[in-house]
Amino acid sequence: MKKELMQGNAAVARGAWEAGVKIAAAYPGTPSSEILQDIASTYPEIYPEWAPNEKVAVEVASGAALTGARSMAIMKHVGLNVAADPFMTVAYTGVKGGFMIVVADDPNVHSSQNEQDSRNWARFAKVPMLEPSDAQECKDFAKLAFDISEKFDTPVLLRTETRVAHSDSPVALGERKESTMPMGLDPKEAPKYVMVPVNVRVRRKFVEERMRKLEAYAEKFKYNVMEINDTKIGVISSGVSYLYAKEAFPEWSYLKLGMVWPLPKKMIATFFKKVKKVIIVEELDPFLETEIKAMGYKIFHGKDVIPNMYELSPEIVERSLKGKAYKPPKIRVKPEDLPRRPPNLCAGCSHRPLFYALKKLGAFVFGDIGCYTLATAPPLQALHACICMGASVGMAHGAMKALGSEGLGKVVAVIGDSTFLHGGVTPLMNVVYNKGNSTTIILDNRITGMTGHQEHAGTGFTIRQEPTNMVDYEEIGKALGVKSIRKIDPYDIKSCMEIIKEEMGKNEPSLIICKDSPCMLLRRAKPLEKFKTPFYVIDTDKCRGCRMCLEINCPAISWRAGDGETKDGHKRKGTVYINRDQCVGCEVCVQVCKFEAIVPGQK
Amino acid sequence: MKKTKQNGKVTNIFLSGVGGQGTILASNILAEVFLKAGYEVKKAEVHGMAQRGGDVTTHFRFGKKVYSPIIKYGDVDFLLSFELLESIRYINWVKPEGKIVINNQEIFPPAVNLGMAQYPKDVGKAFTKYFKNNVHMINGQEIAKNLGNMQAANVVLVGAFSNFFPEIKDEQWIDALKTLLAPKLHDLNVKAFYEGKKAL
Repeated sequence: MKKELMQGNAAVARGAWEAGVKIAAAYPGTPSSEILQDIASTYPEIYPEWAPNEKVAVEVASGAALTGARSMAIMKHVGLNVAADPFMTVAYTGVKGGFMIVVADDPNVHSSQNEQDSRNWARFAKVPMLEPSDAQECKDFAKLAFDISEKFDTPVLLRTETRVAHSDSPVALGERKESTMPMGLDPKEAPKYVMVPVNVRVRRKFVEERMRKLEAYAEKFKYNVMEINDTKIGVISSGVSYLYAKEAFPEWSYLKLGMVWPLPKKMIATFFKKVKKVIIVEELDPFLETEIKAMGYKIFHGKDVIPNMYELSPEIVERSLKGKAYKPPKIRVKPEDLPRRPPNLCAGCSHRPLFYALKKLGAFVFGDIGCYTLATAPPLQALHACICMGASVGMAHGAMKALGSEGLGKVVAVIGDSTFLHGGVTPLMNVVYNKGNSTTIILDNRITGMTGHQEHAGTGFTIRQEPTNMVDYEEIGKALGVKSIRKIDPYDIKSCMEIIKEEMGKNEPSLIICKDSPCMLLRRAKPLEKFKTPFYVIDTDKCRGCRMCLEINCPAISWRAGDGETKDGHKRKGTVYINRDQCVGCEVCVQVCKFEAIVPGQK
Repeated sequence: MKKTKQNGKVTNIFLSGVGGQGTILASNILAEVFLKAGYEVKKAEVHGMAQRGGDVTTHFRFGKKVYSPIIKYGDVDFLLSFELLESIRYINWVKPEGKIVINNQEIFPPAVNLGMAQYPKDVGKAFTKYFKNNVHMINGQEIAKNLGNMQAANVVLVGAFSNFFPEIKDEQWIDALKTLLAPKLHDLNVKAFYEGKKAL
């Protein structure tokens, strides 16, 4: 069989394709985004769409499943919070065509706002969850999920996490098999799909009966595997944690669970009989541990030594379990003494001047999820709260209600285009409806930036690059009842400050939309064309070394220490330097310099 | 230089650099080569926020049977680093007998740009202190520039690194390059590979 090196995400896409999936909907989110992108670029038999948010994605896939089509929704861990409403109830209605929800966790919070453990959703919703540990299992489990879904009339959760989703390992490829499920909608099935109390009570009982059947299935699920080696110690584990444990202690025995909910109780009982002591190795919550303890077993180790936060690694598993016997590698250099290298807004990014303007205005900025969250880092430090997609608008409104007239002129919500369409429209409607007076700025850079350039309802293109309707933010604002709507050029700091100050001070809802400010990496929007000069340089005759331009945190600008003076005799401790390979000529630093020391460069 | 023969055990390669330097392509070349050579390959990298300018690392492992996609801290056989600060950051990860290839390039992080932190001095010396003759500094930027394209520095580094694997033929590396790169980039990168190979 042909083997290919595949990323976990690509393998999930492949598994879905081989399973005969017809419909896939998702909202991008690290580390899950590549799944739908891969489907869109590689598998024409699957219809893919970027939904405005995860709730819609689950609803779209649920509707498709109801016709008999195999369908899936894909999201990151926090996305399932957004989709929880349809998810918790589609768990009652069940499905017709197989329905898989992929949920990608992010232990260690590489790129997220929290570190929740999605295994809890399976128990909460009473649905099965599969957890692959490498790309081959990603493909195999994704494929199996649809069979399980149809056999037991349930949505199936597939849980990945950063180290599974973004790791590559060899995958044996198979062929696509179309589903044989008859397609169509049957009105007579309404009692199954209309969740009013009288029907819910029937389905509620079904859910419990289904869980008993799934428990029996878990006992013979072929990816719940016992590996009996040295019987002194047996490890119960799943996902990538299993691989870490296996790496650190290959000699021990293992019970490796491919299905983490429901648990195979009899198999666990057998394992406890076969080995002397049991250790549970799992990342994040004591999920398996709580359940296994509740079955009445005593374990040798679990969360007493293994951390319940951040991600595990072979080293952490080894260190935790060996305790004092663990010999750490020699420390040659203390890494904490080295300067860190955090990500930064790109040179020329339209967020930079906008946040500089907000900083100058002394505004309290309610932020949102996107690249612009980087504006919270020094030296900009111009974003002061951020919890979840769309929260900025509602939070600013709440703060203004609490502060009353004290808040006028001091508070603003900033939200990206994709994030606004995901979760910002409803709270903006609320601002108007409840007679609020907060100011919302849409940072429209024409793309979902942070997750790597996914289309959305405001870009004018579908995931397969077909032209489509493009949302007009001004029209949305008008329709919601916002009377004061302004457009700003974020690259014009002075005018931005004037307009934002005016709008923040108004005792009515305001909407400010950034215009002509596409993401610097979005080639089709030709973001560099509006800059008049290809790059700028420092006129060292004039630079006084005041460091004002360093405040914008442009990656192209750096400090060069060294005593000296300007041509007209001002003493200085150094000058700044502009790297012409990085400078794009956005003129933001030019506006910040008080001494006209930043001048157009000559090619 | 001393040649290293792979003998069935898992080999751990850690790649580090700065976003935009082409470390991902380099790790993809390694993957293509070792997978085709019949090994099991696992690699792990962290994507995330538009990592432009952020640090980038890849854990790359190959052998007969590989479990974890992540290398155990302290178990790195080869450190292949594209930037000086991003090499010294991982010095503790390398085995005492490990081998190190470093691109002799400085890219300042924000704190250094702002004059608030010092860029580490004498990175090469710090490595030599512990790893003696196993440290190889390569002027990838300069070599690539002489070939007419700075972007090829990553392939120069791969060329240098290829010296450690005498059981892999040049053609296998070149095939991998050609599989992964657009045809118009083939000539440049084949040259970059050989220049890199000569440089170590």
